[in-house]
Amino acid sequence: MLDVIQSMLVVALPAATPLIFGGLSGLFSERSGVVNIAIEGMMLAAAFFGFIVGVRTGNLGLALGGAVVTGMVMASLHAVLSIAFRVDQIISGTVINVLAIGLTGYLDRKLYPSGAPAGQRTLPEIEIPLLSDIPFFGEILFRHGVIVYAAFVAVVVAAVVLYRTRWGLRVRAVGEHPLAAETAGISVYAVRYASVIAGGALAGLGGAYFTLQSIPQFQPLMTNGRGFIALAALIFGKWTPFGVLGAALFFAIAETIPSTLQIQGVHSIALEVAGTTLFDVAIPYQVFGLLPYVLTILVLAGAVGRAVPPAAVGQPYTRKA
Amino acid sequence: MICTAPAQYDGRNTLPDAGAHERSEPMTAPTLELRGITKRFPGVVANDAIDLRVEPGQVHALLGENGAGKSTLMNILYGLYQPDDGQILLDGEPVRFSGPREAIARRIGMVHQHFMLVPPLTVAENVMLGHEQRRGPLLDRERAEAEVRRLSEQYGLDVDPTAHVRDLSVGMQQRVEIIKALYRGADLLILDEPTAVLTPQEADELLAIMRGLAAQGKAIIFITHKLREVLAVADHITVLRGGRVAGTADPKTATQASLAALMVGRPVLLHVEKGPGHPGEPVLEVYDLAVLGDRRQRAVDGVTLAIHAGEILGLAGVEGNGQNELVEALTGLRHAERGQIMVGGHDLTNAAPRRFVERGVAHIPADRHKYGLVLEQSIADNFVLSTYYQPPFARGLRRVFSAVWDNAVRLVQAFDVRTPSPALPAGALSGGNQQKAVVAREMNRPAGLLIAAQPTRGLDIGSIEFIHKQLIAARDQGMAVLLVSAELDEILSLSDRIAVIFKGRIAAVVDGPTATATELGVLMAGATPEKAAG
Amino acid sequence: MPAPPPLPPARRHALIDRMRRVRLPGLGQSILVPLLAVITALLVGAVIILVSGGNPVRAYEGLYEGSIGCPGALSGDAGIQVTRLVCASSVTDTLITATPFVIAGLAVAFAFKGGLFNIGVEGQLLAGSLATVLVGYKLDGLPAALHITLALAAGIAAGAVYGAIPGLLKAYTGAHEVIVTIMLNYVAGTMTSYLLSGVMKDPRSGAVARTPYIDTAARLPDVWPGPEMLHLGAVFAVLTAIGLWWVLQRTTIGYEVRTVGANPHAARYAGMSVARTVALTMAVAGGLAGMAGAIEVTGVNYYHTPGFSVGYGFDSIAIALLGRAHPVGVIPAALLFGALRGGSSRMQFLTQIPVDIIQVIQALVLLFVAAPAIVRWLYRVRQRPHTVIEERPEPAASV
Repeated sequence: MLDVIQSMLVVALPAATPLIFGGLSGLFSERSGVVNIAIEGMMLAAAFFGFIVGVRTGNLGLALGGAVVTGMVMASLHAVLSIAFRVDQIISGTVINVLAIGLTGYLDRKLYPSGAPAGQRTLPEIEIPLLSDIPFFGEILFRHGVIVYAAFVAVVVAAVVLYRTRWGLRVRAVGEHPLAAETAGISVYAVRYASVIAGGALAGLGGAYFTLQSIPQFQPLMTNGRGFIALAALIFGKWTPFGVLGAALFFAIAETIPSTLQIQGVHSIALEVAGTTLFDVAIPYQVFGLLPYVLTILVLAGAVGRAVPPAAVGQPYTRKA
Repeated sequence: MICTAPAQYDGRNTLPDAGAHERSEPMTAPTLELRGITKRFPGVVANDAIDLRVEPGQVHALLGENGAGKSTLMNILYGLYQPDDGQILLDGEPVRFSGPREAIARRIGMVHQHFMLVPPLTVAENVMLGHEQRRGPLLDRERAEAEVRRLSEQYGLDVDPTAHVRDLSVGMQQRVEIIKALYRGADLLILDEPTAVLTPQEADELLAIMRGLAAQGKAIIFITHKLREVLAVADHITVLRGGRVAGTADPKTATQASLAALMVGRPVLLHVEKGPGHPGEPVLEVYDLAVLGDRRQRAVDGVTLAIHAGEILGLAGVEGNGQNELVEALTGLRHAERGQIMVGGHDLTNAAPRRFVERGVAHIPADRHKYGLVLEQSIADNFVLSTYYQPPFARGLRRVFSAVWDNAVRLVQAFDVRTPSPALPAGALSGGNQQKAVVAREMNRPAGLLIAAQPTRGLDIGSIEFIHKQLIAARDQGMAVLLVSAELDEILSLSDRIAVIFKGRIAAVVDGPTATATELGVLMAGATPEKAAG
Repeated sequence: MPAPPPLPPARRHALIDRMRRVRLPGLGQSILVPLLAVITALLVGAVIILVSGGNPVRAYEGLYEGSIGCPGALSGDAGIQVTRLVCASSVTDTLITATPFVIAGLAVAFAFKGGLFNIGVEGQLLAGSLATVLVGYKLDGLPAALHITLALAAGIAAGAVYGAIPGLLKAYTGAHEVIVTIMLNYVAGTMTSYLLSGVMKDPRSGAVARTPYIDTAARLPDVWPGPEMLHLGAVFAVLTAIGLWWVLQRTTIGYEVRTVGANPHAARYAGMSVARTVALTMAVAGGLAGMAGAIEVTGVNYYHTPGFSVGYGFDSIAIALLGRAHPVGVIPAALLFGALRGGSSRMQFLTQIPVDIIQVIQALVLLFVAAPAIVRWLYRVRQRPHTVIEERPEPAASV
């Protein structure tokens, strides 16, 4: 039983990585007052272009940079649409998502009609000396790819930035009461642009996880809703960095349950009492795959009302006169 | 460089002059002079060649009605608007502010009527926002907090820098706003309608703070429409009307009546004409009603009252003492935790809003943009907002547009709603006409109880008079009227009886015609009726 | 209340005439801007094709041939027989492809009117088509009229139920419909492949996961016979659009939906049940999406595969926005998207340009329609002032 749990947690941390980055991406955007349902599209585009840069240059560092820049470019589009043109932020996010799906699908098929090139490498896995030898926890916590560690560092950095720096204070003020910030001499537009684009960079790292860390390949639609679940993690985490971390781990564990069971050879749930089998049901793995999605819905239905979003989120700001 | 352009006085006002160019000490306020400031918005001249001069150590009152142009003028001074014409001079030097930051840099500070505070942040965070103290890359909270403490002590403001703004009372929040301005080095403070949201006691404390600031060399522009406060605190008075300077006055010689006449441009009827009421059967009976507010606090806490046909019951109170929650409970919009609501003998406790509509409860909501109107829809549709499904406006599920249209045409005429056509969206109406449209709708359907919440807020005198007449007409037709207003004058001039609400309880019910503002003011601040009488 | 006496009829009519003469925002701009948006999207799409090494002219030629007709048809070359057949069927292809687009677009447009963003068309459509297929192949021996009606009704009902879930969650818990509908799309997709490879799998389909064919009695008849089969669903789509417009504009229910959409606070104040209206709006929207799926099953596919509905969700949003959320405006928007989709496979066949470019173009259409300011700026279209509404910055909140 313990090793089942261990093997589940070992995969949970990597699985949480895109959710953490996605959630933090949404965090900066939404704390500044811009709704971001485009995390999915940003991650997908970043996964693709990061991969392309890797293929073309053979340099994983550049590939990572490519992913981050892609996230920022997509986020800039979202920022321009929703801040400058005051497009409904959900529609703007939808545009980004559709564009990312179309563009990556088109280019993928156009560039690699016969499938992705092989021979790619992924970012290194690092075993932290000594710590990785700790029984049980060592393998769970200290034998991962660099992007996985980066996600946890990012949570801490995000918390410090948001609560301890000037920029973080301004982001929080702009997202709650933009007019108050403006009258204090802060440019609401500048803060929002910066926040959304910084969020794009984080989504870019989340996207990089898919093609530069998890597997050395791009597949159309490979983000498979992680961006939306990340958004749910943001809400569940009450728009705070550590809340995002907790919620992301929660969803990641849910996500890894079916594959873990399968790998562990658990194929059916049975109840035996005194030698008599009361029931013995085969586990429909596909149905278990729904767990993160269903949990997301349940969390939203239960958490909203308790969780208070930034007051000005979703409202375009118009500067006076 | 010192500009010496001759002042363009046109004789309407009597500004003092001399010594315009003397340099003041660094720590005292600059001398401010506005010359011929003009600002036009599409269809309206908000400021028309306004001159104004403010000296250090003085409280200069800017008096005027809603729409007189006071806030526009101050927004120009604070850099939020650019003037179309005219000059701003500080110590004789012409300046242009393209944004608040520049105004702040020239030591001008503004306390907005609607506080510019971020509720989830602490006092210190709010104060330093935009002018943050830093230690390395991080915020230096300790220093900001120390500075807030120092200012708080120096000017007797008594503010805790670590408190979260959302937990502070309105009066405290206002002091945070003042500290915010002082922290930015403001020597010239603009206070925009600062007493509108305060109890009379809090207002008096604020006036004392203003005097203290002036005594320490600050200059203060005090924007208000409250005559009593002007006379109590100001050194100079400038009255605006219709975007122009209507005149200036010396508080030593001016009276409330003379200021009111300057403000309105004609002698003001301080009392609305109305005959004695003829109260009949009770229409609304409320027993021991308790209602929770948005933050789960007990906003209404055991209210019992009755309103009779043919009477206006005024509900007086400082805003935020449970009036909104009470009105929402009485119209089905908010859940009653306990107690009973009877309308015309029917128990409507926690009934759906539609039951209230159908039992004849008309409601002029305090927030007409949020509740009263659907701005995107036509005026005609808005006139049937709550009766759209009833004959003659609908036959079964089908709407009958001819009836909707006829109704609209009739109401637009009868209530003098100024619009080219009722087919236009309600958002195209001016504020006064929007309110008239709401009043028209609510008074045009069969109802025995009219709940009017802040019915004249933000309106011009003409619309206010019209709506007051309609309320009295409704009473004389035998309706029971609950009038909720933050304007004590309105309550006093319209009500047959006055209930005072304090912290969700009815502190007292007094007779309307004999009540006085002082008596109500004391009750609104939470004194017991015995004390108020004594 | 002082109800003023009714005006004498003559005077009343004069007044009404005067008041009706006020101009409301014209139709011209509401067509011009979307049109320019589409043109711009095609131009940007051409640039993308060019940059990625394709020939945009050939690509759009293929798109045109595949969707409307073929330039070569009149030249009398050797392939004329083939070409003519291709051309004839390409228009019907467009119409057939546009049919579910109309109804799915309505599912989004109707929700928009109620202030809701229905990203859940994909899932609702799957729920509807699965139910229709089930009724279609499980029952037999029924008269055609009855079987078709039952099959369609099952699809509409299943879609409505699936749409009502986010509606009810929104109404009673405040869960945002956008994320809930997206999650439900994944749930529907996963459930579909689970069912199609399991209990609903046609035992004769071998390795392919698909359902059995529906009974012939459950298939929609063609509107006109011959090779260019256009099924009855197209007629349903147009009637549905008009019917929905009528409901929204002429009935009390439509008024409630629009009022809740425009200002839920005012709607509640006026005695409308906002929660019920929200739930109803989403149920109707889901029902429409279900109907789109049902018509696709009974009119075109006759069975169900896992890849059945990929893309409908986002297409329908773009269609609804392009049609300005107007039920009738959705029809031309759907025809455009039908042409893009219908023509795309021929484009790919002729030019080896992947069909995915269509999705890029659609995203660009969506972008330019959603941000009309960009289009106006690009083409220097002046915005007609919205009647007499002056965007007057309230001369300060409290002056």
